[in-house]
Amino acid sequence: MLIELFITFFLIGAFTFGGGYAMLPLIQQAVLEKGWLTDTQLVDFVAVAESTPGPFAVNIATYIGIQKAGIIGAVASTFGVVMPSFIIILIVATAFEKFKENKYVKCVMSGLKPAVIGLIGSAVLSIGETAFLPGEGQNFSLPALISSICIFAVAAVLMFWKKLHPIVVIGISALLGICLGYAGVIPV
Amino acid sequence: MKNKISTLFDLFWTFFKIGAFTFGGGYAMISIIQKEAVEKKNWVSDEDILDVVAIAESTPGPIAINSSTFIGYKVMGVWGSAFATLGTVLPSFIIISFIAYFLNKFTSYAVVRYAFAGIRAGVLALIIKAFISMYKKSPKGAVSWAIMALSFVCVVFFDIHVIAVLIGCAIVGLIAGLAEGKEKEKNVD
Repeated sequence: MLIELFITFFLIGAFTFGGGYAMLPLIQQAVLEKGWLTDTQLVDFVAVAESTPGPFAVNIATYIGIQKAGIIGAVASTFGVVMPSFIIILIVATAFEKFKENKYVKCVMSGLKPAVIGLIGSAVLSIGETAFLPGEGQNFSLPALISSICIFAVAAVLMFWKKLHPIVVIGISALLGICLGYAGVIPV
Repeated sequence: MKNKISTLFDLFWTFFKIGAFTFGGGYAMISIIQKEAVEKKNWVSDEDILDVVAIAESTPGPIAINSSTFIGYKVMGVWGSAFATLGTVLPSFIIISFIAYFLNKFTSYAVVRYAFAGIRAGVLALIIKAFISMYKKSPKGAVSWAIMALSFVCVVFFDIHVIAVLIGCAIVGLIAGLAEGKEKEKNVD
């Protein structure tokens, strides 16, 4: 288990370009495939990670490690996610000027950057499904769908136009969820 | 010797504080690193920080880890890297360890489940924002748009592994970039 955690997060660390949510599609595929978290748990954790300090990758590695194998698991997975950057940067730091101007590096990056956009697009789609049609639409209810869409609309307005901090937006979304939940609109 | 140890501890402590007080990861962290490592400690120059961002963007891994490793190396070699990186990681590690313990207990309360139902919709807006800001930073043009569409379709409709998609797109970028380079050389001749 420890080795599996280490290897999984080592690969995640090694193949994430652009930081933060660029990592999400890769994490999503890995943890869902292995059954470490459900779609819903993953989205919930994104909110937790956003409301706590530190890099998203380290947060999620620690969390999944603890869930699966306690503190030692957390050490294994966090070590795994950090290791590739650490090794690569040490190599790059010694030969930085050459690296920066290297045309092969530039070409590879010009392929990777748009690829990450496409991948995040796929994450948007699946998170949308989790937010609007929980349980793959099994216990579908129209009021719940409408209320999720309303919360999403409010969050989007606060984020894009009011430029509120993500933590504030998450807090407001939570409050709206609680209000609508006790109003009996969301069947949880 | 004593001096070295105190520098290592200083690296650790500075990055520990940076790790403990940056919300939103990556780019938010860069401005704090600049303040601490350039203005206060004089460890690296402003130009180094620009280099850090450039490297972080063209190497894998979280930006925070990349930059702490790089600055640690500049200050005190491999040991410097190790202490700076440990400092960055430790706060998240400790905080999430606590949360992991409580999160499971809390989800049995209705109020927490309602809150998370609301939060999921909020998170969607968050991810869309990340999507838009990354799109703005990405190269544009026919090849780039084709790669975006291709990677999206591969994952959503064909369930192809993300790592395979990334390697494929890196190869496409390499071939397209080199072909374009040759084209330019010809034009110069």
